[in-house]
Amino acid sequence: MDAILDPILAAWRDRPGALLPVLHAVQDALGHVPAAAVPEIAAALNLSRAEVHGVISYYHHFRQEPPGRHVVRVCCAEACQAVGAEALAEHARTRTAESGVKVEPMYCLGLCACGPAVQVDEAELHAAVTPAKFDALLARLEAGQ
Amino acid sequence: MKATVYVPGDAAALALGADGVAQAIAAEAAVRGIALRLMRNGSRGMVWLEPLVEVATPQGRIAYGPVTVDAVASLFEAGFLSGAAHPLCLGETVQIPWLARQARCVTRRLGVVDPKSLADYIARGGGEGLRKARAMAPAEVVRAITDSGLRGRGGAAFPAGIKWRTVLETAAAQKYVVCNADEGDSGTFSDRMLMEGDPYCLLEGMAIAAHAVGATQGYIYVRSEYPQAIAALEAALAAAGDFLGGFRVDVRKGAGSYVCGEETALLESLEGRRGIVRAKPPLPAVAGLFGRPTLIHNVITLASVPDILAGGAAAYREQGTGRSRGTLPFQLAGNIRRGGLVELPFGHTLRELLYDYGGGSRSGRPLRAVQVGGPLGAYLPEAQFDTPLDYEAFAAIGGGLGHGGIVAFDDTVDMAKQARYAMKFCAVESCGKCTPCRIGSTRGVEVIDRIRAGDAGQITLLEDLCETMVYGSACAMGSMTPIPVLSALRHFPGDFA
Repeated sequence: MDAILDPILAAWRDRPGALLPVLHAVQDALGHVPAAAVPEIAAALNLSRAEVHGVISYYHHFRQEPPGRHVVRVCCAEACQAVGAEALAEHARTRTAESGVKVEPMYCLGLCACGPAVQVDEAELHAAVTPAKFDALLARLEAGQ
Repeated sequence: MKATVYVPGDAAALALGADGVAQAIAAEAAVRGIALRLMRNGSRGMVWLEPLVEVATPQGRIAYGPVTVDAVASLFEAGFLSGAAHPLCLGETVQIPWLARQARCVTRRLGVVDPKSLADYIARGGGEGLRKARAMAPAEVVRAITDSGLRGRGGAAFPAGIKWRTVLETAAAQKYVVCNADEGDSGTFSDRMLMEGDPYCLLEGMAIAAHAVGATQGYIYVRSEYPQAIAALEAALAAAGDFLGGFRVDVRKGAGSYVCGEETALLESLEGRRGIVRAKPPLPAVAGLFGRPTLIHNVITLASVPDILAGGAAAYREQGTGRSRGTLPFQLAGNIRRGGLVELPFGHTLRELLYDYGGGSRSGRPLRAVQVGGPLGAYLPEAQFDTPLDYEAFAAIGGGLGHGGIVAFDDTVDMAKQARYAMKFCAVESCGKCTPCRIGSTRGVEVIDRIRAGDAGQITLLEDLCETMVYGSACAMGSMTPIPVLSALRHFPGDFA
């Protein structure tokens, strides 16, 4: 883990307000922020472990456990609710109960004129997602494409 | 001459398959031995037509949409590269009535300019405001902003000139300009579109602000849900050369906290802490980021600045109504047929937006409720659709325009459920600093659950709880959550029975 942490901390330790960028860099590299990284981050930024842990646990974006093979985030905010997001999220949870794909609700991707919206692995976007479209997406993810 | 084809790289277009369409166009051109220039522009904002492909012709840009991968071969066959007829052809883009009737000001380069090219930005009138501002004394620039009547576009509508003057007049060795790009309200996406489609406009606005208030460092705090916007800003900054002069801008990524859109929570987050709201005073303009005077504004506010300097405060002020001057990019969202970005001067009615632009519901059912101004905005019934879209008119009916997001619901909506969601969202996103918000929201969910289970006696309790939240909360999160709750209760009492 030091091979990951050291360059990140070296790049950020002297910059103001470095904690969020450091946590992002660690999570981008490892998929989550492991508990073992907390003391080193705290020492480098002259913070207490409690302060670092407090920030990790406050923000929805930071994970303390590795995610599934894929993370599918379904927007459940008002604009997507108006076009069936809750039913889609329920469908998605049911379909992925046994799979390595993790479904999480999220609140707004800014795709509010073409909902329901879905984001895959923090990159790929899908709009106007119906249960059938979700099943096709899931099949593709499970096939490892 | 090489044909130029535009396929938007905007997140909404990508979500509707624009990358696949761009690849299919490149592949089909290669097969046919045609050399073309494929440009990834921002979106024009006609989201229901995305992916909207345009081709440059001597008659102007001709639009085709919504284009699917399967349609690409037939577009080539029909000769779309010279603007030929095709079932998907929409004619000249700027003549499409939905777009032609708007007053595109701050968003006028969206979908037009190459977001990656500073030279293209300059060629389309960019940079003029900054050039003029640099020839003016800081106090003169602040005066122009005050005279323009510009108010904060993030939701609070605070007069921008007052903030600028306060930061200018507060002496400090270091000052900051911070852009609040934590556009978390559902139903809003104008900040995202502007950052993705015309990032230099935002950077120019920030540079003008920095000159005016004496700041040398800027931050753009972008929510983590917007990776495409972050990439667009970073690409623009990397290619900015000396456009910003000695003003340095860093992009910082949020981490999924809604309350970080509140300015003091955002500053806490930028400093590397939990996004917990600060007590005011001191105002950020006096003691903001790292305790220094900080000018903090929403994306659209800052992006409006270059035009005010370039065209003059009086010209900006001419548009709008009452104390709401200029234009606002409204965002039509939710259950709506023709959703997207509609920039208009203040003063048009909600009904015009919903029906003339939006074309009614996407489902074909009657529109029943509309939430204006994000999760903290009021739910309005049909009887209020004639309300003029300006800050004061909305305040008068107990709502707010907020950031201009308009979310439509058809007649299948259960308004008691929406009220419960408002409380639930507040419970999840509350920073926890003040009791009315932290605990009141959870109690609110429970009380609404009891009402929905048939206990009408709990309605008085809900109203009392809302009053406590309104008057006792530290920031807008807790004090405005009652707005959607009580508006739902007032206008749709049948749903709570």
